[in-house]
Amino acid sequence: MDAFIAACLAVSRGPLFGLFLTLVAYRAALWLNQRCHGHPLSNPVLVGCVLVGAVLLAGGIRVDSYMEGGRLLLLLLGPATVALAVPLYHQFAKLRRSAGALALALLAGSLLGITSSVVLGRLFGLPETMVLSLVPRSVTTPIAMGVAEAIGGEPTLAAAFVIVSGILGAVLVRPLFTRLGLMDERVLGFATGVAAHGIGTARVFQISQGAGAFAALAMGLNGLMTALLAPLLLGWLGRLWH
Amino acid sequence: MLEAVIWLLAYQLAGELAVRCFGWPLPGAVVGMVLLLLTLLARRSVPEGLQRSVPAMLGHLSLLFIPAGVGVLAWWPQLLDAGWRLVLVLLLATLLPLLGTAYLLRALLARKEGAR
Repeated sequence: MDAFIAACLAVSRGPLFGLFLTLVAYRAALWLNQRCHGHPLSNPVLVGCVLVGAVLLAGGIRVDSYMEGGRLLLLLLGPATVALAVPLYHQFAKLRRSAGALALALLAGSLLGITSSVVLGRLFGLPETMVLSLVPRSVTTPIAMGVAEAIGGEPTLAAAFVIVSGILGAVLVRPLFTRLGLMDERVLGFATGVAAHGIGTARVFQISQGAGAFAALAMGLNGLMTALLAPLLLGWLGRLWH
Repeated sequence: MLEAVIWLLAYQLAGELAVRCFGWPLPGAVVGMVLLLLTLLARRSVPEGLQRSVPAMLGHLSLLFIPAGVGVLAWWPQLLDAGWRLVLVLLLATLLPLLGTAYLLRALLARKEGAR
């Protein structure tokens, strides 16, 4: 029996375990999502994370050992980001037709995202490192970690906020936009990409390819925008505040 | 599938290379995406191998975010400490850019289409 437990422990520390656990959790999350007819709260990222987290907590498995396998999937985010060029290409004519409007909306969304994090975070008295890690919240994980580091936040905490914001956006977007009558695929896609990066983009791809392309474009552009604006804006906001 | 993976990795590598050479504060993958888009626009078509595999890959984009989400567990004590204030900030700071962008874009598009 002891030998069996030791074997389980050894296996749980290898990369295969984290990979397998994530795939099974994702499969189960997809099944649940179908059973719930795509209810927003059955979002596959949310359910998948909860399932993996539950297994880790129940088995007393450290997050580090899980990440041995989890890292392999994180690595694939790179090529998946590059692949977004394909839907972008197919929607390019549509995107170009509204280029001016998209550029303005992007600027506004990016500014709103950065300032709302800083102002609200300070208003509610959150610790300063936390506020700075909140700033790149609405951009895709690798950019967010870089920006957080550059402005004095904590990269891994920033990554955690990115995921939570993305899930919030992905869960809320459909019910909210249906109720407010904002279901135009350009508006839905672009706003989601600006506010909820890759997780939101993954969500709107399920609604339509067109909305997905607008989201992918917004996600990429807001990544660039935030990387450029965040350090500048923080300087100005800092001066206003003190 | 094989061809698609080769294309995607090649463009990501090119992106990583560009980012390092020019010292841009961006991830290589985003630059790789832009480079691939420019290539597709220049050749006016998507290579067969990419066209066949990419939609299926993007359909499972959510899978790749699960490990990053599980990473939240590592910060649990600090997050609990900040409690409802943090939840409120995250919620408001997500809704503001989401709705702000949406309403502005709708107004701009409506104006443009009305003018035509």
